[in-house]
Amino acid sequence: MDTGAARAKKHDAKPAKLGREVQARLGQQLRSMYDEVVGQGVPDRFADLLSQLDNKDNKDRQ
Amino acid sequence: MPMDDAVRKQILDSIPSLRAFAISLCGNVDRADDLVQETMVRAIANIDSFQPGTNMPAWLFTILRNHFRSEYRKRRREVEDADGHYADTLKSQPEQQGHIEFGEFREALSQLPTDQREALILVGASGFSYEEAAQICGCAIGTIKSRVNRARNRLAELLQVRDGDDFGPDEQTRAVLASGE
Repeated sequence: MDTGAARAKKHDAKPAKLGREVQARLGQQLRSMYDEVVGQGVPDRFADLLSQLDNKDNKDRQ
Repeated sequence: MPMDDAVRKQILDSIPSLRAFAISLCGNVDRADDLVQETMVRAIANIDSFQPGTNMPAWLFTILRNHFRSEYRKRRREVEDADGHYADTLKSQPEQQGHIEFGEFREALSQLPTDQREALILVGASGFSYEEAAQICGCAIGTIKSRVNRARNRLAELLQVRDGDDFGPDEQTRAVLASGE
């Protein structure tokens, strides 16, 4: 039955909903960790790789 | 054939967030950079299957995510104590990268099941909509929503955060600094 399945699911989930404040803090923490890496920009390694993969900069083209 | 300039720029512009996604996902900078590199190689090899005007970041994230998942399955088969190994790489991470303030958070993040972790990062940090995240992970929107919820609950539990508690980078940084770094 639907209701049985729904109840089982509910039972599995966390009963208490997280407070807004907690959610906001976790989100902030996650974003600052993430943004710190974003702020590092594009390391040379990847800019070089892109040029290398892109035929434009391929020596074969001369 | 040389790549279209606009496409090339879109790929380049996506690299910083691809790296952030990869690092948050696998917890190891070197491995993350290998993932990004492999993603670029695959993307450019298959650039014809990218439809100009569609969502380039989502396309690249999908490639990275799928590659990560297949690598992860392979590794799990190869290394039985994947968890222990993973924990070790996390411990060496902070000093190496100057990420001390995120040590505890990273560790908690690493303890989440992979499907919850990726959903949380895509929605909570990469800024994708639930719909885009569902596309990237190849699942239903409702599934993403419930994974994000479970991820948040578990993180709060692991970090023991409750409303009104002191929590945050500042407190953690102070603790780490006080312990002699």
